[in-house]
Parts: sequence; structure tokens; C-alpha cells
Amino acid sequence: MALVNIKINGQPYQVDSSLTVLEAARKCGYEIPSLCAFNHGKCSKASCRVCLVEVVGARGLVASCVYPVNEGMEIITNSVKATEARRASVELILSNHEKNCLQCPKNGHCELLKVAEMVGARDQKYVGQQTEKTVDEVAPGIIRNSAKCILCGRCIERCKEAHGISILGFENRGFKTIVSPVQNRSFANSPCLQCGQCVNVCPTGALMEHSEIEKVDEAFKAGKKVIVQTAPAVRAAIAEEFGEKIGTVGTGKMVAALRRLGFYRVFDVNFGADLTIMEEAHELIERITKKVAPLPQLTSCSPGWINYLEYFYPELIPNLSTCKSPHMMQGAITKSYFAKSHDIDPKDIFVVSIMPCTAKKYEASRKEMPNDIDAVLTTRELAKLIKRAGIKWDKLPDEEFDQDLLGEYSGAGVIFGVTGGVMEAALRTAYFWLTGEEYGKINFTEVRGFEAVKEATLNIKGTEISVAVTSGMANAKKLLDEIKAGTSKYAFIEVMCCPGGCINGGGQPYVHPALLPNEDDDILDTYKAKRASVLYSEDERQVIRQSHNNRDIQKLYKDFLGEPGSELAEELCHTTYNANREKYPDNK
Amino acid sequence: MAKLQPAAVKQITEIVERYKNEPTPTMMILEDIQKEYGYIPLEVQELVSDLTGVPVSDIYGVVTFYSFFSMTPKGKYVIGVCLGTACYVKGSQLVLDKFGELLGIKPGQTTEDGLFTLDVLRCIGACAVAPAVSINGKVYPQVKVDNVKNIIAEYRAKEA
Repeated sequence: MALVNIKINGQPYQVDSSLTVLEAARKCGYEIPSLCAFNHGKCSKASCRVCLVEVVGARGLVASCVYPVNEGMEIITNSVKATEARRASVELILSNHEKNCLQCPKNGHCELLKVAEMVGARDQKYVGQQTEKTVDEVAPGIIRNSAKCILCGRCIERCKEAHGISILGFENRGFKTIVSPVQNRSFANSPCLQCGQCVNVCPTGALMEHSEIEKVDEAFKAGKKVIVQTAPAVRAAIAEEFGEKIGTVGTGKMVAALRRLGFYRVFDVNFGADLTIMEEAHELIERITKKVAPLPQLTSCSPGWINYLEYFYPELIPNLSTCKSPHMMQGAITKSYFAKSHDIDPKDIFVVSIMPCTAKKYEASRKEMPNDIDAVLTTRELAKLIKRAGIKWDKLPDEEFDQDLLGEYSGAGVIFGVTGGVMEAALRTAYFWLTGEEYGKINFTEVRGFEAVKEATLNIKGTEISVAVTSGMANAKKLLDEIKAGTSKYAFIEVMCCPGGCINGGGQPYVHPALLPNEDDDILDTYKAKRASVLYSEDERQVIRQSHNNRDIQKLYKDFLGEPGSELAEELCHTTYNANREKYPDNK
Repeated sequence: MAKLQPAAVKQITEIVERYKNEPTPTMMILEDIQKEYGYIPLEVQELVSDLTGVPVSDIYGVVTFYSFFSMTPKGKYVIGVCLGTACYVKGSQLVLDKFGELLGIKPGQTTEDGLFTLDVLRCIGACAVAPAVSINGKVYPQVKVDNVKNIIAEYRAKEA
């Protein structure tokens, strides 16, 4: 790391030569407002023109997000010339912005609002035409309001970087420019995964989850028995919404809040995760020993990933596990086993999933499994519910999930929320079933971490099984191309749509550094690991670490399902896929 | 979405193949397709995306950014009326309006018989003969509103 000497606002500093002016200034204690930069203050487009600063000797003001530091550089961030230019940039953006901030779903998390405050934007400085507005509320997962879009292009970059597909792009030119799927289509009529990574980076309310809070309200009003179930990754991030540092465990307070919101039962999808492992490990062993379907088996917990496979690799559907994702399974079991045991008409039950994910909203609407889940709320929506109810997070006690048939969960279920977790959980159980003994060291650390592709080889009584774990579709593509070419050496591959897995899902609290003054400068590098550590530590704390040792799961099979892979298990826990999804149907 | 004819797939594949050693071939490929077919519908953009690995949204962005590219078929005769500064001050807007009135189409549209497309050009370097109209590359100098009828008739006669 080479250091260079620079001056910022007359003060001398030594900084890493690889930094941009924006990054260097931030490290030295000067916040330069910016909207299009999102990746460490690096930016490929420099489109928003908000981060302008003076560099002595440079021609005009420079966009600090793309301007590298040099030896001897003198930077002035706070001259009147620079601050006036930044204010003008923001005011120009605002002149073509909807500005209904009070009712905006992004209220409280808007970077544009923060930047407007910072630069001192004045009331309606530039008044003129507005670009024609498009509101897309067709897709179940994400919605788009072009009138709130500032054309920063972060969403385009994120989609490309994470998935290599780039559903969103700039269209037209000049004043007519919009960011949209081609032909200003709905997400629903494009091969969008609905994963919500674009939502996570949008600085405004232009991209949002498709809220289902009203649906839940209606269910309460109708007197339904509203049962809530929370995904593993939610507990790893929900506390952030209440001002706690990233990496704070939120499990106990979250359960307490849900109970105070009036839910009939508060369950953990970890139970469904354990059930998934039972079915998925059984399926894997059937594929290995009886060759009932091709290898490698691909995991099926992540609906964004299912979308990717259906759109881009439909020929590999036979490799995909037929298991529903954990919350869908658990919904089906709640409306059958739980309802029957309590003598409740399933029609009176309304199951709400709290998910770190926007694609789960789409998944719940799939025609293959229309009745399992009634509403899906993201982690962010749950926080809104808690805030709306006036429940003070700080004053909540730590409470436990309801222990009622679907109560117990293993450590294996918890780690589903992070890349590698499903693989690790499945291996713990598959090893036991193939050998009759527990895997000694329990943790399969080879499949942990955030590398593009992780692999491990397991020796099970003389049989070598190779497995791989990946997340982000840009990374998955290589493994899929190998399968297509017939050169894949793996028996089992875990794929998660969002980079890093569900802890980084599209429904998780925003990591907008400018709005998180208490976090470290490098929070964009560390937030995933911090959230993952919440899950790994909860796994370590569990007495039961393997799905097959979950006593409520054992009871479910004994009293209701029979064996993994039984006819009833097939009906309730498995699904089918669609190999005929058109990427750009004529219906826009 | 309509399926492309095998012959078209073959030809577009050949066009893409021409630029396989170019680091950023998108523009060149699209230019060749535009010249060959007169338009670049979304199906073709999808095919180019599959062949090059460039996302459809990027290709679509280029096609909608440059007015040279079109997503609808152009007529046999493309009438370009220059609205560059010199032509404009010499009254080319009136000429454009007259073409639109007589053909019954707006700029960017094509007549129902597929014969004429009306386009707006931004300076074709023929300022000395403003106002200029270009039809399939042939430049008509100092066009007056009264000439428009005859120009259209000239092409209709060719088709008769």
C-alpha cells in the first residue's frame, strides 16, 4: 500500500494512493455528499454531480467519487465555489423529483433527503417540467416509481455486479432518460429475479419492496388467527432498524415485539429449515444411491435463484431440489399438521412470513403453491410495524419463540441465513444418515465465508463427496456452465441469490453509510460478516445442532408425515418448477 | 415474443462474429444490423445479448440513446428533414410539417403502405443549401414548402 501526501482544506494528510478523493476525504474526517457513489465511495458513472470539490490546478471542479488522489494534491472541499456547485446539483435533481417526502415509503432512510439537508437546498429553486412518471406495482416483490428516481445508476451497477444480468438500464436520452427494465416494462415482464439488491442500494424511494402491511392489517381486522414466522437472517439485522450497531443479536426482542403486535403464534422458520434439511438430505441420498435424478443436486431455498435458473438455465431444472423453501414448507405444515392438532379450520389461519427478502413475496404468489403463505413482510416492513405500534425496542425484554409443535429448532436451521449454511446443515444430517454416526466436529468451516465459490470434499465411509457453495448469480453462472458441459465434479451445490446469502437479502435494513454515523468507515466491507456472526453464534449456543435431532421434527414425522419423502411429505414439502418462462413476454 | 427466422439468426450471428476481437463491439454490431434490416427489434437485441454477453438493458440503452437506431421497421424511402440551425432558420420546420401533413404521419413514423418514413435530422452538413432534405442519402437542396408535393409524387411515380 503506497502512501501519498495530500492536503485537504489546508491540512496535511497521508493516505493510500488507491483511494478516490471522496474516500480519502471521508477517512480524514470530511464528509462529501454523494448520491451515485455506493461501492466504497467508488463510482463508475459520476452521474449525480453532487460530490464536486476543488482540486488546486485542476480545470474546474472535479467529481471526487472518480478522481484519484495524487502525491502533493491539494483538495478544497468546503470553498464557497464547491458548496454552491454541490447545492446547485442537488437542487437540479430535486427539480425533477416527486418531493412528497412525508408519505414516501423511504421516509427515514432517504439519502437524497439527507444530502439536501447537508447542502442546504433551497425551496423550489429550479421549477420546470417533470419527466413523465411510471409507477410499476405489478411485480409482487419490488415496485418502481420513476418520479423518485435520480438516475444515479446504482441499481444498474448492483444488478450487474451481483448477478451479471442487469435487468435495469438507462433508456432514451436527455430529459426523457429513465432507469427501467427495457421498454419501461414492469419487473414482472422481464427476467428480473425480484431479489431486491437494487432496492438495497437505491438512495431514494424509487425502488422499494412491494409492501404487504395492509394485507396483514386486513387479516387482523377479519379476526383471523394470524401466525407469524421469522426467517433466520431477520434476527441478524432487525436491531439495526432501531439504531443498534450492525451485528447486534435481535432474536429475543424481535419475538417480544411480535407477541406485543398481537400475533396468535410466534414461530421460527428455523423449524421449516430443519424440515427442509430432512427432505433435502433425503433427496440427495436418493439421488446418490438410487440415481433417481441427476447430480449435482442444487438447493432450492432461494426464490431469486429459482427465478434465475428458470429464466436462464431451464434445462437444469432436473438438478434442482424439489423441496419448497423453508417458510413455504412451514406454511403448509402450519395449515395442515398444526391446524389439525389444534382443531382449527385452515381457512381461519393467516400465515405471515418475516423475510430478509423481496423475492419471497413473489414466491408466495407462485401458482405451484398458492395457499401456503398469506403475506410476506421484509425485515424493514416488520420494523415499520413495530414503530407504528409505538413499541420501544430498547425496553423490550428478550423472549422465546412459542413452543407449540413447531417450536424447537436446531443450530443447523439458524445458519440457513448465511451463504454455506444450508450446505453445512445438510451435510450434518446426510453424514449421519449415510454412516449412522454424527459428524464429529459438527462445523464444516470450509463452506463458511464470502468467497465467490467455496468447495469441500467429504469422505463418508470411503465415498468422496464434493460439494460447492456459491452466492450471487454472477458467481453461480460458472458452476452452472460446468454442469451444462458435463464437467461438474460436485454432488451437491448450494446456491443463494444474494451475495453472502440471506443476511444480505433485498429486504434487510439499508446499509447507507451516510445515514449510519455510528458505524465504522469500512462498514460496507464488514456488515455481511457481522450479521453472519449473529447466526453462527446462535448455532453454537444451541444444544441441538443437527436437524434430524430436532424433537419437534421427529414428532412431526412420527405423528403426521411418516418418513422423509413420503407421499404426504411430497405433497406438502415439495414443488415443481416452470421451464417455459418467457424473458420478455409481449405483454409489457 | 415472435421467434426470429433461422436465416436472420444466422445472419446476425455472422455480424456478431465479425467483431469478436473488438473489446466493445456493441455499437458496430448494432450499426450493421440497422443497415441490414432497417430496424432492431427487441428479439434481435436479445439474440445479440446472448451472443455477446452484453446485457439486453445495455443494448436497449444504446438503441434508444442514438436516433440512428430504430426499433420499428423503416419505410422504403426514409425522408430526413434537417432541423439543424441553418435549415431551421430557413424554414425547414414548415417543410417538415408539410411532409407530415401530406403523408399523414408524424416524425419517426412510417406510412401504412411501408413506403415512407419521416425523420428529423440534426444537421447533415448541407447548410449552404439550406433548407435540406435527404431521401435515402440523396440530398434535395433549398426545399420550399411548395416543392414537397412534387418530391413525394416523384417517389410514388417510381412505385407505380
